Amino acid sequence: MEERAILERIARKLADFEKQRQSLIPILQMVQKELSYLSAEAIKIVADHLKIPQSEIYGVATFYNQFRFQPPGKHPVKVCLGTACHVRAGDIILENFERKLGICDGETSDDREFSLERVACVGCCALAPVAVIGETVHGHMAPSKVEGLLLRIEIEKEMQAREKQKNEAGQ
Amino acid sequence: MKPANNKKLDQAFSAIRQEALKRRRVFQEAPVPKIHIGMATCGIASGALETKKAFEEALAERNVDARIHTVGCGGHCYAEPVVIIDHPDSGFPPIFYHQVNAGKAKMLVKLFLEEGDPRFEHVYGATQANDLIPSLMEFSRFNMEKRIVMEKCGYIDPEDIYDYIAEGGYSVLVKALQTNPDDIVQEIQNSGLRGRGGAGFSTGRKWALARQAAEKDKFVICNADEGDPGAYMDRTILESNPHQVIEGMIICAYAVGAHQAIVYVRAEYPLAVKLVAKAIRQAEELGLLGSAILGSTFDLDIDVFQGSGAFVCGEETALFRSIEGYRGMPRHRPPFPVEKGLWDRPTVINNVKTLASIPPILNNGADWYRNIGTENSSGTAIFSIVGNVVHPGLVEIPMGVSLRTLIFDICGGIPNNKKFKAVQIGGPSGGCLNEDFLDTPIDFDSLTEAGAMMGSGGMVVMDEDTCMVDVARYFLDFTQKESCGKCTFCRIGTHHLLKILNRLTKGEGREGDLELLEVLSADIKNGSLCGLGKTAPNPVLTSLLYFRDEYEAHISAKRCPALMCRALTAFYFDPDLCARGCDACATRCPVDAVFTTSNRKKGVDQELCVKCGECVVACPPEYDAVRKVSPPDLVPIVEKPPEKT
Repeated sequence: MEERAILERIARKLADFEKQRQSLIPILQMVQKELSYLSAEAIKIVADHLKIPQSEIYGVATFYNQFRFQPPGKHPVKVCLGTACHVRAGDIILENFERKLGICDGETSDDREFSLERVACVGCCALAPVAVIGETVHGHMAPSKVEGLLLRIEIEKEMQAREKQKNEAGQ
Repeated sequence: MKPANNKKLDQAFSAIRQEALKRRRVFQEAPVPKIHIGMATCGIASGALETKKAFEEALAERNVDARIHTVGCGGHCYAEPVVIIDHPDSGFPPIFYHQVNAGKAKMLVKLFLEEGDPRFEHVYGATQANDLIPSLMEFSRFNMEKRIVMEKCGYIDPEDIYDYIAEGGYSVLVKALQTNPDDIVQEIQNSGLRGRGGAGFSTGRKWALARQAAEKDKFVICNADEGDPGAYMDRTILESNPHQVIEGMIICAYAVGAHQAIVYVRAEYPLAVKLVAKAIRQAEELGLLGSAILGSTFDLDIDVFQGSGAFVCGEETALFRSIEGYRGMPRHRPPFPVEKGLWDRPTVINNVKTLASIPPILNNGADWYRNIGTENSSGTAIFSIVGNVVHPGLVEIPMGVSLRTLIFDICGGIPNNKKFKAVQIGGPSGGCLNEDFLDTPIDFDSLTEAGAMMGSGGMVVMDEDTCMVDVARYFLDFTQKESCGKCTFCRIGTHHLLKILNRLTKGEGREGDLELLEVLSADIKNGSLCGLGKTAPNPVLTSLLYFRDEYEAHISAKRCPALMCRALTAFYFDPDLCARGCDACATRCPVDAVFTTSNRKKGVDQELCVKCGECVVACPPEYDAVRKVSPPDLVPIVEKPPEKT
């Protein structure tokens, strides 16, 4: 239901872009910002607007790493595998996330809580190895820190749930 | 385009400059302490936001009056979050504090701002020479640098155009607009400036060719699609001093006769995108951009285009395709961009650092610039030095400084008493150089000769624990994924290179693999159109050349000399050192691979072990019982007791 509303907003926003080929990538970026991924429906809307075949849009969108075709989790995890992070064993960090979350690179967990992605370089090489959860950059990662970070999210979630319960009970 | 030779221009700008100086005076003369906090991406990643919040809270709580001034990044990543406190009443000069977390911030407000005690144990140095505190300029990390492009980075607020103007910003533009464009192009040519994007083509010649192009609609593009993993100079400049880049772009556009310009920034740099867009808006508001700049007859619009995460789009023709809305695949050159670039119009495309070099060059003259650096590579080079060095970060040095000076004198050498092994220069297109090259001067030609390349300026220092085969594999993994697929040799060749390297790191190497690597590399170089394919085999070729014994050990002895390739190494606990009853490693192990033997010491279940090395960190230093060996069959067999049910 919510997705419908977002798609409608996207359709309205499309009017701001010129109906030209050069608008394609900025439009896709806008769609991903609104919807957080490129759904089949969204691509159809863009194709109709620009009068470009959908296949062509998929061709462009899949070329670029930025575009996602599956909804990300509530807590998107990005593990940096830039040179500095690699030298300091970033791949072990990625593996640890994979193991703890039970999903592979590029996937989203079934409950849509977490998604996991490897990124080429977030540009904080002096803090290597680095992982980004949501918007927060975590530097100097270690396998045991992975567990701690996930535990923290879990606890925060539980505390929020308890708070909510308390509020509801109070009312 | 004729130079606008009128006084109107000077008058228009002098009003802006007066305003900037007035604001600067008000800020500086306010009789309260000033707190400068570095807030670029790296600072924020290290916790600068929390630091700023802590300062604000502590100031409010204690009712202390002080100004917080957010600045960019000065390149001292090892010291982030960086805070400079200027507290004139205390009698101390402005002091540079490093690693200021929220707790330190609160303490400094209480003890330094309120009570006047600068807490010497936390002081890094003073920003000016004085009798009380050693000046930063006494440290080699500071005094051996030569800052031209990054001179103002870390001292001015990137979000405030007046801050840049008060430092003399945009005055070069005003001068340039009154100069004949041909003279500007000539001056840049005389300066010997070479493109800082990696290839090192003469910037002046590029501009001259674009100026001569007959077509009217020309473009200027600033290439900030910094895709090399491990390189972040462009990001830092855009986040710390975007106006210097914009000023350079306007001058470039004026010199070549372009009226449209685009900054192409990676979408992975959200802060840089935001700050550049804001800087453009501010410049437009003051009439430094847009139609009739400062009342002259010159118009220029700058747009920001966000790249979408394709490494190959750093290649200029691929970048054009990406702006045009297609897959970013390079095309054959010639025709060169200066003849047929974006939408087949003449286009000057320059790197961020090249454009940021323009204002200082025109300000000080071509001869001044020529005198810095070496004969064929004038000026400074900016490197992001990361990996195993004591003081990682951004360093701007004159061309011609040796690698040894850069790594050991400026960046403090290798930490933890490890030995230097190699330095990787130029990212996935560059090469790995060994110790023998430490005295090589850093300039375009010397590095290319050694088999590496200047590239965009990423430099990764590796110590003895780094496996060169694995590093080559890492870069191939990257280029293989990023190959756009147009040329067969690049698309399939890199795939096969990677397959062989994967085999080597897993201990499945065969006789003849090394020769195969060499043949394939040569073919890929010859059979690819753009820089990505032509340089993709470089990491393999240079490491094969300088570290061949390591490759051979992987094949013949199935041994990784650096103990890095996980399939070829194994951990065990030395039974003589392991302490009875200690559980430090077992609780830390992420996969429960550590078991307790019948005599209550520890053993590793090799089937479960993922070789993450956490047990090495966990083992108390007084025991230091964890051993790592290669090949894995050297591990002594430790009996695992049957599980209790």
